[in-house]
Amino acid sequence: MLVHYPGPWTPLLGRLALRQIPYQNPILVWTFVLVVLAGALVVGAITYTRSWTYLWREWLTSVDHKKIGVMYCLLGLVMFFRGFIDGVMMRTQQVMAVGPHSPGYLGALHGYLPPYHFGQIYSAHGTIMILFAITPILVGLMNIIVPLQIGARDMAYPYLNALSFWLTAAATGLVMISLFVGDFSHAGWVGLIPLTELAYSPGVGVDYWIWAVQIGSVGTTLASINIIATIIKMRAPGMSWTKMPIFCWTALSTSVVGLSSFPVFTAAVALLSLDRYAGTHFFTAGLGGNLMLYTDLFWIWGHPEVYYVVLPAFGILSEIIPTFSEKPLFGYMTMAAASIAIGGVSWSVWLHHFFTMGAGPGVNAFFSIASMLVGIPTGVKVFNWAFTLYRGRVRFDLPMLWALAALVLLLTGGLTGMMLAMPAINYTVHNSVFVVAHFHNMLNVVGFACLGAINFWFPKVFGFKLDERIGKRAFWYFSAGTAVLFGCMYALGFMGMPRRLDYIPFPSWRPLLIGEEIGIVLFLISSYYLVKQLYVSIRNRAQYRVSGSDAWGTARSLEWLAHCPVPFYNFAVQPHINVRDEWAWRRQNGLGQTAPEHYEDIHLPNNTPIPLFIGVLTFALGFGLVWRMYWLALASLIAIIAAIIARAFDDDPGQTIPGERIRRIEAGLAGVLEGRVATGDVVVGGAVAFETRATKAAPRARDA
Amino acid sequence: MSKMNDMDPAGAVLWAPHDAEPDMIATRTLGFWLYLLSDAMIVASLFASYLVLNHRMNAAAGPTAGAVMHPLTALWETILLLSAILAYGLSLVALKRKDRRGVLAGFGVACMLGLGFLVMEGHEFADLALRGAVPERSGYLSALYTLVLYHAVHIVFALLWTAVMAVQVARQGFTPNVVYRLLNLKLFWFFQGFIWIYVFCFVDLTGALHVH
Repeated sequence: MLVHYPGPWTPLLGRLALRQIPYQNPILVWTFVLVVLAGALVVGAITYTRSWTYLWREWLTSVDHKKIGVMYCLLGLVMFFRGFIDGVMMRTQQVMAVGPHSPGYLGALHGYLPPYHFGQIYSAHGTIMILFAITPILVGLMNIIVPLQIGARDMAYPYLNALSFWLTAAATGLVMISLFVGDFSHAGWVGLIPLTELAYSPGVGVDYWIWAVQIGSVGTTLASINIIATIIKMRAPGMSWTKMPIFCWTALSTSVVGLSSFPVFTAAVALLSLDRYAGTHFFTAGLGGNLMLYTDLFWIWGHPEVYYVVLPAFGILSEIIPTFSEKPLFGYMTMAAASIAIGGVSWSVWLHHFFTMGAGPGVNAFFSIASMLVGIPTGVKVFNWAFTLYRGRVRFDLPMLWALAALVLLLTGGLTGMMLAMPAINYTVHNSVFVVAHFHNMLNVVGFACLGAINFWFPKVFGFKLDERIGKRAFWYFSAGTAVLFGCMYALGFMGMPRRLDYIPFPSWRPLLIGEEIGIVLFLISSYYLVKQLYVSIRNRAQYRVSGSDAWGTARSLEWLAHCPVPFYNFAVQPHINVRDEWAWRRQNGLGQTAPEHYEDIHLPNNTPIPLFIGVLTFALGFGLVWRMYWLALASLIAIIAAIIARAFDDDPGQTIPGERIRRIEAGLAGVLEGRVATGDVVVGGAVAFETRATKAAPRARDA
Repeated sequence: MSKMNDMDPAGAVLWAPHDAEPDMIATRTLGFWLYLLSDAMIVASLFASYLVLNHRMNAAAGPTAGAVMHPLTALWETILLLSAILAYGLSLVALKRKDRRGVLAGFGVACMLGLGFLVMEGHEFADLALRGAVPERSGYLSALYTLVLYHAVHIVFALLWTAVMAVQVARQGFTPNVVYRLLNLKLFWFFQGFIWIYVFCFVDLTGALHVH
């Protein structure tokens, strides 16, 4: 059944051997040294502060939606940095390797990266940025915000939520380990067929790509199920569909898209892995394979995936813009309808990724018109945001800056998208960097929205704001970088520069390539300020502490009714929803401080390490399959099934937090918020701020 | 829009008297329906691949559908599988009577019939492979094996799950946790029957008709 491939194989280690460790590549060796040092620093810090039990009890085994959301965001931000460094390396290679006389270093003929290494970097950049950076950050934000916005205590399936996270983390681990053990795919983030077939890519790189995206997409599918069920089943009493905050509408639409499209990707990649492992002929160049079958299946997922990431970003803009315009969102119903419409139409546009494949004018016309239709609901959204701004009291706080810049980017990205939807134009710019500039433009909308969302909701989760002055500096450098880099890239696209070049034959393109390099340097400066912003804000957190539940003073939706930071139970008593912008309504009618009269017992699930175990086992499964250590893969698979069955026999009765304890925590919280209690010692980590307090108080509560 | 936010605050109910706990069984079943939707998308992708690759060109001079399909064998497989599903369905009728013995008896019959289905299908495909029609032979055979075996793997998991549930029913009786799993497993069994009907129509019957 199993295929023959070149190279040695041993039963114990499979294809793994010492020569697979790229110790002769100085770039990777220094990265490895850096990673080891940073890892040792983190492990040392955790050991020094004796935080291992804390980490295990409060985070790694947690099923709390806020903590899982924070871990998702953290994972996404780390991978965002990794993907960004890949981008820096590509830009630098392209600016160095221009013309036949450009010098070569480190074994490269031109520039410093040999073509195979360059291919791995752009493949890793795309895969990481879309699947392991932006997707986790957005899933994390939805995890944190959706239950709060609908007044729920947690997601519908807290255990499944932790499992989704640990599957994503396992997939990320596979991508990261491919840096130092073996190599990564060189066939682009789309898995260019038949380059990904065993005959043309006999190494383990494509296998790493396959198993990383496969495990990651299972995690995302499960997360989508969870968010849909949460929104359908867990809304607070009184919250009808039309009273739901708009971010929840986009989360619902995006999760429906994710739930229905990710399985197609799973199928496409599974068929590819059958080709590579079992010797089947789905996508091979001979013996009855069909190359276009892969391309179609991939983009049937790939295009909805684009809307999967952009819809929550639209939701974020719809929350930030009304808050800082001090007005209700204009056109709520059309906004909700547009969100669903974008999700729906995302299914009928995939072929515009390969107009040039020769499907014929009829097919191209259909997909061209369908692609242009996307502009209608998106246009509705843009006008709604504009009318929300119109005659509002617009404040330029940091989240608002990110949101407004995202709007500008959406205009340019959307209009170039309209251009690309026309087959006539598309034929001219197909596979040029014009396309790359367009989709980076659009994904920057998502990036800007994410950074805005992190600044916007940070005080909700952690109880203090991020530094505004440093953050604005980061914002301006980031915006300037975007304009310079992708402005130059659009121009290069018009000049006909193809994408994925490791060597640029025309010296006349050099000035614009230098412009792109300047852009990426601006991004580098911005990332310095982003890290500094986080560091300074955490260090001086007492100074950035927010008082009251509404960190911005003009927020509108329900999550701002809960304390900042949110206690582990979210709301002491579940709110009853009266109007659409419940918090704004309560604030404006003087009900913002009205506390519930009595507290009832709260029922919450217990923590469990099983999702973490399954994540580790899934990593082992992926690693075993990549290196064809079949014993490891089989053992992990059996252990995963055993863990799932064991969990089914270990019914979690959950824990009941007595109403009396809730009352005491709430009273203590009121003291903190009024500044009566010293806040300097509040632990960073959101809900944890009060949890440590609560766990200290817990034995007393039990004694009483 | 302002109408939506203009509610008289006097006397408005601000806090729910109790936590609105959604019905646990209904919530779990909804999640399982959503999972089935995602699995249906995988099956749809496999069917799409099968229909694309079910062409003389993709058979690469190897056997085509007409040469490898035995609709009569498939009919017997259909009868076995649908009877297994019927047995499982009837065991849930016993669940309504809280009849533990009846439920377990239904499980036993369902597992036996399901196992019979697997043996028969395994025999059919082993026979194919022995005659040289292995999945490595052509794109068409790859798609055929993958689609049908994907369904068979689901039946294996349905049997495993039914066995686990038999232990749980015997040990714990009909607790809410056990009942929601029994209901989800019913959906799972029915879903396999549903897919099989499509396999039977579009793979076995049309294959035997020499459509391509």
